Amino acid sequence: MSVLDSKVPKGPLKTKWIDYKNHIDLVNPANKRNIDVIVVGTGLAGGSAAATLAELGYNVKTFCYQDSPRRAHSIAAQGGINAAKNYQGDGDSTYRLFYDTVKGGDYRSREANVYRLAEVSANIIDQCVAQGVPFARDYGGLLDNRSFGGVLVSRTFYAKGQTGQQLLLGAYSAMNRQIARGKITPFNRHEMLDVVKVDGKARGIIARDLVTGEIERHSAHAVVIASGGYGNVYFLSTNAMGSNATAAWKIHKKGAFFANPCYTQIHPTCIPRSGDYQSKLTLMSESLRNDGRIWVPKNMDDVMAIREGKKKPTDLSEDERDYYLERRYPAFGNLVPRDVASRAAKERCDAGYGVNATGEAVYLDFASAIQRYGVEQAKIHNISNASADKLYKLGAAIVKEKYGNLFQMYEKIVDQDPYKTPMMIYPAVHYTMGGVWVDYNLMTTVEGLYCIGEANFSDHGANRLGASALMQGLADGYFVLPYTIGDYLSHEIRTGKIATDTPEFDAAEKEVTDKINFFVNNKGSHSVDYYHKKLGNIMWEKCGMSRNAEGLKEAMAEIKALREDFYKNVSVPGTATELNAELEKAGRVADFLELGELFAKDALEREESCGGHFREESVEIGGEQAGEAKRNDVDFAFVSAWEYKGEPSDAVLHKEELEFNEIELKQRSYK
Amino acid sequence: MNLTLKIWRQSNAQDKGKMVDYKVTEISEHMSFLEMMDVLNEQLINKGDEPVAFDHDCREGICGMCSMFINGEAHGPDRGVTTCQLHMRMFKDGDTITIEPFRAKAFPVIKDLVVDRSSFDRIQHAGGYISVNTSGNTQDANGIPISKHAADEAMDAATCIGCGACVASCKNASAMLFVGAKVSQYALLPQGQVEAVDRVKNMVAQMDLEGFGNCTNTGACEVECPKGISLENIARMNREFLSANVKS
Repeated sequence: MSVLDSKVPKGPLKTKWIDYKNHIDLVNPANKRNIDVIVVGTGLAGGSAAATLAELGYNVKTFCYQDSPRRAHSIAAQGGINAAKNYQGDGDSTYRLFYDTVKGGDYRSREANVYRLAEVSANIIDQCVAQGVPFARDYGGLLDNRSFGGVLVSRTFYAKGQTGQQLLLGAYSAMNRQIARGKITPFNRHEMLDVVKVDGKARGIIARDLVTGEIERHSAHAVVIASGGYGNVYFLSTNAMGSNATAAWKIHKKGAFFANPCYTQIHPTCIPRSGDYQSKLTLMSESLRNDGRIWVPKNMDDVMAIREGKKKPTDLSEDERDYYLERRYPAFGNLVPRDVASRAAKERCDAGYGVNATGEAVYLDFASAIQRYGVEQAKIHNISNASADKLYKLGAAIVKEKYGNLFQMYEKIVDQDPYKTPMMIYPAVHYTMGGVWVDYNLMTTVEGLYCIGEANFSDHGANRLGASALMQGLADGYFVLPYTIGDYLSHEIRTGKIATDTPEFDAAEKEVTDKINFFVNNKGSHSVDYYHKKLGNIMWEKCGMSRNAEGLKEAMAEIKALREDFYKNVSVPGTATELNAELEKAGRVADFLELGELFAKDALEREESCGGHFREESVEIGGEQAGEAKRNDVDFAFVSAWEYKGEPSDAVLHKEELEFNEIELKQRSYK
Repeated sequence: MNLTLKIWRQSNAQDKGKMVDYKVTEISEHMSFLEMMDVLNEQLINKGDEPVAFDHDCREGICGMCSMFINGEAHGPDRGVTTCQLHMRMFKDGDTITIEPFRAKAFPVIKDLVVDRSSFDRIQHAGGYISVNTSGNTQDANGIPISKHAADEAMDAATCIGCGACVASCKNASAMLFVGAKVSQYALLPQGQVEAVDRVKNMVAQMDLEGFGNCTNTGACEVECPKGISLENIARMNREFLSANVKS
């Protein structure tokens, strides 16, 4: 029997959150001064949460592994943030954002959470503008919008291709204000290595000062984990090099259930890998699909000629190109959701139509957009009989205005000019939808332990639509957690200061120290990266965009064997009492080596194709959807939440059945 | 490519530090500079030596973490890029490359190529924000119309990644491009006006306190800035600072 209680409030969907807020217990401002909260991770979710909790009056301690909160990986998000403002009058509403998100997530997210997300989305924009986030404006001085994959309205607010950066700097500035007031104490270049539980409640953490190596004890009345996703389990991903699963994994080992670990988003528009030395992958914003057309050559002869350098993509005429997304999905075309676009690219490349040396690339072409904008600009500026060259210049200027920094980034990496020749793109591991299980209050299965942003599982189901990650991070941090955690903390006003010289802290610190000592004393023969790359290879080959039962079973066995070898033969140079990047990596890879196995186990359990996760045994055989992923709502409309029992293979499955009262579960069709 | 690297090694803040020579072989021109450093480190680890410590994270030019001084230039010889975006195609087979940490009194070395840039954070604490609470009870976003020109200019200033290349490139180790960018972003927006006077005074005071030098209009910062932050921001900060002092 399941022990999961989602704590979704009763009553109609539209008033759940309002009613909830009206009935929670509040903490008197004088008492807030006596309550401490720890926030681990200072990206969009953690940064906004820390600022807001400090604003409310709690004493906040923040922890991040970077040298400044301003460098959290949220900073790399490019395209934008969704909000149901309906500024464009194109039919947007809270309900429509909610509907698109649930449908886009392939009906594997919790209705009540998603509705709340849509409901608070509009406020996020107001808040960020008030903080001085320089969103794009139109000539009338009002905010501009663009559209993103999987939706038919323009609801995405953006700041060039650097939206994540600007929103993060907004949250960081809000943090700075609280740091200046003394309400936030920041611990930068610190890593959380364990959570401390006292009488079943989260009461603190063990952290390592990454500069001195010192192990520290920090206590609090509640602990919030906002440490991001685990995409680096694949070694190659779009995540920052330091992005890790440690905080989330350590709390899993202390009783927080881990939900849907097999849900990872593969992003369709990344720069293809170029060689074995590759350290990470670079994403090109999905917003490019607004204007870029995706294609591969129709004929295999042309593919070969291009690969051998005998032909250029621009040599191919319109009818020699296969615009496969426009062909297969006429209603959405190049703007189908990420999972559909990714699978379609892989399908074409697997069929042999990939256009680079590795056969893992398709074209993203801006020629027709440049032409279209050129003609429009010529009309606007009353230029008659404009030459082709003039039209190109006018059009390219508009494209530069919209995506200039992305084009520059591409050119720096690939050494080709995307204004003149189509970009090459290929899917890559991006955002993880799975994560720590949380209830409606964003509390994990451990009392007083919360998890927000990408680190939790809650709002995106089996797939995440573009521009929704920033929305969730800020919604959780600014507007949801501050209420729900207050309800919990209202019962803590008599607790008093939490001591750190207790057996619980002793035990947690010892566990952490023992592990560190093991690594620095284990004089093995392989580097940490050697193991990380091997793990990544197993994950990509057997737990990637398509998977089958046999491969997943093999993956579980291979990861377990790799983990055993890691503990015998890993080599970590240097000592524990200094800045030691290899030691940091060793701890993180140790966690990935466990998480990877649970990932495969979860994928094995889910015998359906869902979101971007193509289970080869589950495919539509006939009809209009032939060849598309086949979801199974009768048997799999649930969240899988795993309870830690030692070895990942022994984890126990709990199911949270998903109820859909407002939305009818349907085959997703983008045709 | 085969290369000789001359790298600054310093085991901690107290250590004196010295240049050490390393050879790396079979470097592909498609590698990023940091991937070349990964190759070196893998080689050192396999020999049982200590790898070179360097700061890096997003490896796509936006986090501002990477901070190498390569052949006498912050982020190396290419323009408009961070070290993680610098590619080995900028170098030739047989080259000798000198790699040092960003050097400035206000950026003390932590280890090897890693420096402490928390002084930038403290300047931000001194006023790099708009004092609005985070309740969400703010007016509708379109209730604050901002001209496209002002929004774009603010955005240009706001693209600063806080890497510190401006400081490292300046003969005076001045942080005025960084601070100028922050001051400008808020000075250009109506939301930032209310506190403008205090903001610029407090941020400049903190900048001085941290031990950054003054601007003597050499312009090296602008040349080396990976995000193309313009010198106009320094001019704007000076105007804001002057008028703030006149007003109070």
